[in-house]
Amino acid sequence: MSKTKKFLKNMYRCRMLYLMVLPSIITLFIFHYIPIYGVQIAFKDYRTSLGIMGSEWVGLKHFKYFIFQYPYFTKVLTNTLKVSLLGLSTFPVPVIFAIMLNEMKNQKLKKVCQMITYAPHFVSTVVVCSMVILFANREGLFNIIAGFFGAEARDFMAMPSAFAPIYVLSGLWSGLGWGTIIYMATLAGVSPELIEAARIDGAGRVKVIWHVQLPHLLPTIVTMFILKMGSLLSVGFEKTFLLQNDLNMDASSVISTYVYEVGMITHQYSYSAAIGLFNNIINIILIVTVNKISNKVANIGLW
Amino acid sequence: MAKNKITRVKRKKTELFDVVNNILVVLITLIVIYPLYFCVIASFSRPSQVALGKTLLWVKDFTLDAYKYVFQEKQLWIGYRNSIIYLVLGTLYNLVLTIPAAYVMTKKYLPLRGPLSWYYFITMYIGGGMIPTYLLIKNLGLIDNPLVLIIGSGVSCYNLIVTRQYFSSSIPQDIFDAAYIDGASELSCFTRIAMPLAKPIIAVMTLYYGVGHWNSYYGALLYIRKSVYYPLQLVLRNILISNELSLAGIENADAETVAYMLYVAEMAQGMKYAIVFIASAPLLVAYPFVQKHFTKGIMIGSVKG
Repeated sequence: MSKTKKFLKNMYRCRMLYLMVLPSIITLFIFHYIPIYGVQIAFKDYRTSLGIMGSEWVGLKHFKYFIFQYPYFTKVLTNTLKVSLLGLSTFPVPVIFAIMLNEMKNQKLKKVCQMITYAPHFVSTVVVCSMVILFANREGLFNIIAGFFGAEARDFMAMPSAFAPIYVLSGLWSGLGWGTIIYMATLAGVSPELIEAARIDGAGRVKVIWHVQLPHLLPTIVTMFILKMGSLLSVGFEKTFLLQNDLNMDASSVISTYVYEVGMITHQYSYSAAIGLFNNIINIILIVTVNKISNKVANIGLW
Repeated sequence: MAKNKITRVKRKKTELFDVVNNILVVLITLIVIYPLYFCVIASFSRPSQVALGKTLLWVKDFTLDAYKYVFQEKQLWIGYRNSIIYLVLGTLYNLVLTIPAAYVMTKKYLPLRGPLSWYYFITMYIGGGMIPTYLLIKNLGLIDNPLVLIIGSGVSCYNLIVTRQYFSSSIPQDIFDAAYIDGASELSCFTRIAMPLAKPIIAVMTLYYGVGHWNSYYGALLYIRKSVYYPLQLVLRNILISNELSLAGIENADAETVAYMLYVAEMAQGMKYAIVFIASAPLLVAYPFVQKHFTKGIMIGSVKG
């Protein structure tokens, strides 16, 4: 009894602090937690007139339809996986680039290179995609450059086979420099004595990188990798939607764009929510599994 | 003698490593900057020369026509104005929510601090998704209401963590303890001690949230139908990707001729390069000045891991 009293008294003493967090709690409640509550429509037949509560429960109907009856289920799933696995293959690039930057002795040149490669991070998705589309058309930059090597002009945006590479390479362009920051920060923590010691023992530059820098980077690399795995099935809607057109649809229809199509264009709210939930659940399973594996194998994990 | 030779060989090898490394890094940097550079020079060149590949390194047949026509695209400037409004009000709103909350979360003696941090943390990984959120906005009557673009984003948990990390690592708790003894209230501790010391992190957060507002189009795509409320990015998408240029400036008497049609098609292409430049310019110009703060933000965040 006195314990609860003390607790309440403590709370009362901190009332100002609670007042300061209250606005953020309310906003998150409205714009974040109420939609989470609304996810239940994935198991219902949502009707606007009946509302979320009043609509009828239908169990796993929408999930079953998506997995077993939707004719393009495998297509959408493989498209999604293709794009994200190709994206995953570029994962080491920022790591390598960070190491290269870190090895530069000319500090001024290093600063300039860093500043320039960070810049694309600030170019909006819409502008990045517009640039891609401008460059990829028959008279665009890609074809001009390919022309030097004798290649025939092609409209890359109309080629389904070009979609995943375009998506991944433009992503690499935006994220390359920005992605190095976290690795650079980690590399700054390598003690110079350790490097000096390795040098004295006769290690060359490459060996120092391999045996000193890389092991130091490993926890960060693993953490970033686990986080990446958690979004394996969520190929970003924003970019895919912008790069999608009727001609490359065969490769560019992914789960997130299908969610949009079903929900916002044909207004099958429950079905769309079910696909979104399916996607989220798989993401969570993936991140938990990868985390578990890495905890076992490398003793590194997010939790 | 022999030993000397070995060290010399070794040094030479090291130098070679540096040369190769520097060349590669510079090459990558040039590849990264080139697409932006190309857009800029293409926007100042005759579009027909761009298509012929004559503008790979420098402007060819300098012209300002593209810009002349772009300035007459009304919708673009409406979008520009709207985006500035959303950016200022939205960022202000984000800051008012984030900074005090982050400060409070550093107070270890706060009852229920644990559950509270989970309350924030969960939002980072679990969300309602597109449709449940859309239905909420619809039920709130916020469809076609520009307010949704300002208050809809609220607090980003990642930014909250970064800010909290800053508060707890750069302001020693002793200062507050001393202030309490002197009779300061929690609120005046925040406004008179923490806020003045938090200027760097407020700068970082302004930039993070500001860039987010400026570059986002997702919310507007889902919730805004009326073009008077479109933010810049949505206008850009319509112009650049869905090809909805009004071409208001180019209309003239001989509108029927083939030459004119070709000119319009050509000019539309040139205008797109100009728009890419105009749309990215504000951030790219501001960016070198604020770059230090941006990276600082990531560093602070990564300490926590």
